[in-house]
Amino acid sequence: MTEKLLTAVIVVIGVPGVLVGYIWGTEQVLRLFPERLKPTVRPWLWLAPALGFLGLFLVYPTIGTIIRSLQDKFGKEWVGIANYAWFFGNDDALSALKNNLLWLVFLTLFVVGIGLLVAVLVDRVRYESFAKSVIFVPLAISMVAAGAIWLNMWLYKPPGEPQTGTLNAAIGVVGVGPIPWSQVTDFSVNTFMLIIVMTWMWSGFAMVIISAALKGINPELMEAARTDGANELQIFRGIVFPLLVPTLVVVATTMIITALKAFDIVYTMTGGQLDTNVIANFMYQEMFNVGNYGRASAVAVVLLIAIVPIMFFNIGRFRAQEAVR
Amino acid sequence: MTTAAATLDAPTSRSWFSRMRGKIGLHTALVILMIVWLVPTVGLLVNSFRPGSEVDGSGWWTALFPPYTFTFENYAHVLSQANLGTNFLNSLFISIPATVIPIFVAAFAAYAFSWMEFPGRNILFVVVVGLLVVPLQATLIPILTLFASWGLVGTFLAVWLAHTGYGLPFAIYLLRNFMGSLPREVFESAAIDGASPVTAFFRLAIPMSVPAIAALAIFQFLFVWNDLLVALIYINLIHPDSLPMTVNIANLITSHGGGTEFIGAAAFLSMALPLIVFFGLQRYFVRGIVGGSVKG
Repeated sequence: MTEKLLTAVIVVIGVPGVLVGYIWGTEQVLRLFPERLKPTVRPWLWLAPALGFLGLFLVYPTIGTIIRSLQDKFGKEWVGIANYAWFFGNDDALSALKNNLLWLVFLTLFVVGIGLLVAVLVDRVRYESFAKSVIFVPLAISMVAAGAIWLNMWLYKPPGEPQTGTLNAAIGVVGVGPIPWSQVTDFSVNTFMLIIVMTWMWSGFAMVIISAALKGINPELMEAARTDGANELQIFRGIVFPLLVPTLVVVATTMIITALKAFDIVYTMTGGQLDTNVIANFMYQEMFNVGNYGRASAVAVVLLIAIVPIMFFNIGRFRAQEAVR
Repeated sequence: MTTAAATLDAPTSRSWFSRMRGKIGLHTALVILMIVWLVPTVGLLVNSFRPGSEVDGSGWWTALFPPYTFTFENYAHVLSQANLGTNFLNSLFISIPATVIPIFVAAFAAYAFSWMEFPGRNILFVVVVGLLVVPLQATLIPILTLFASWGLVGTFLAVWLAHTGYGLPFAIYLLRNFMGSLPREVFESAAIDGASPVTAFFRLAIPMSVPAIAALAIFQFLFVWNDLLVALIYINLIHPDSLPMTVNIANLITSHGGGTEFIGAAAFLSMALPLIVFFGLQRYFVRGIVGGSVKG
């Protein structure tokens, strides 16, 4: 442990030292260049560490995964699209894909809906910042901890035993249940149980962004509508909501990506069993439990392809923003 | 300001009453929402202080009434028996360098993107925006293979490097948006006064970007502290002495099934630091979210 501590201290002090030294060193290196070339060379020296990390940890491995997905288990033989054929002919894979679709639709709807609702409601009360903190705080904790917290909510004991899970005890009061929440596979109820946990975590994220946009709306617009006799609901539908749409789109794209990448919650709460598997966890299982890197790579590429449209959408939006700057 | 507003609104009792009645639906909805949001956490927090026998026999709400039987045993148990003390330190050792390194690397790049002219600048930044959403899953196998051949699997260095790479697109994006909006005149006059880019960077760009850097630091720290996947892959379960808390707690949950009293204590130990960071620096955290909301 002391060894680890020593390493950490050296890293925390040493690495910034090295990096600052590097940037200072670039000016020394630039002295070797003629004055004319300095502005051309300098940016690349400043970018070099970042480009190195991005290249090594994002660009190279993504290309590597695409190539690996066309190879067999051991990476020795080229198998063409066999790994993809396996994926799309595999019931477990398709079930994971179906669950990701449920995640995508419902996590996005729930988070954007609740975020919008809370942002609009808290705007009208004095305890706004307190209420926001309460909704927002789950975003700071790990999904593993959130999983632990919510297992205590969904906990099921057979009828006759005292129900110690919060939800089964609550519905027991009105004479319903108990319901084995995380074991109901009909209509993917248990996938919804997991989506609810993520909704609990991410609604605060949506609320914060939507609330910031809401505060940016010129109050005179609403005041004018009020003077003209519009009620609150009409003002919301006619003025506030249309102005919030771009913000809602930003939140929705973020949630779509979060839904597609969902892993921690599934790994922690169900391990992907009981028809709750998702692509990311399926890839992990194929990688570690089965050890077939070719197939696991194909699964990762399917996930990547699902995300590509969002990537281009974001780039388009970014360009539009830059054009305005 | 608050006092002034309060005095201005100071209502006669009657108008206050009628306004309250008009707002009762609003307050009810908000209070219900807040309770729904708090109950799950409170439930596990209460259970984490109850003896195991009681946790299995009765719901957490029964502990709110006498006789009180709260205990620290679960915390003592997970710290000594479940290796969680070591995991806590590991989480710290992983998170701090994995926060510091990308901030420096990103700040250099963001400064170049903001205040230096070079061919391909826009295209390169568009690539960074594209990389924001690349799923980590698409990088795991080649990186793991690489780390294995370098003998880095199970080391902190592996996760420091990986987290730096994974965190960079967002870090560059956030810092560049902030640095790029600093006033141009400041940098121009510094250049006229003969300040080198290095001087302008350390004396002007960095001090003026402190709010963005603080937001980024909190973000990256929480991201790494809360991470499960990266540690699970690059440290791996076969190196239990180097694992961060998240991986061990996920293991406690998957292996114990229902032993919620230890899981609760473990979960709250792992939440302590994020919650302190959150409540202490919420303002910067919010700023980071609003300023960088293309991030997936």
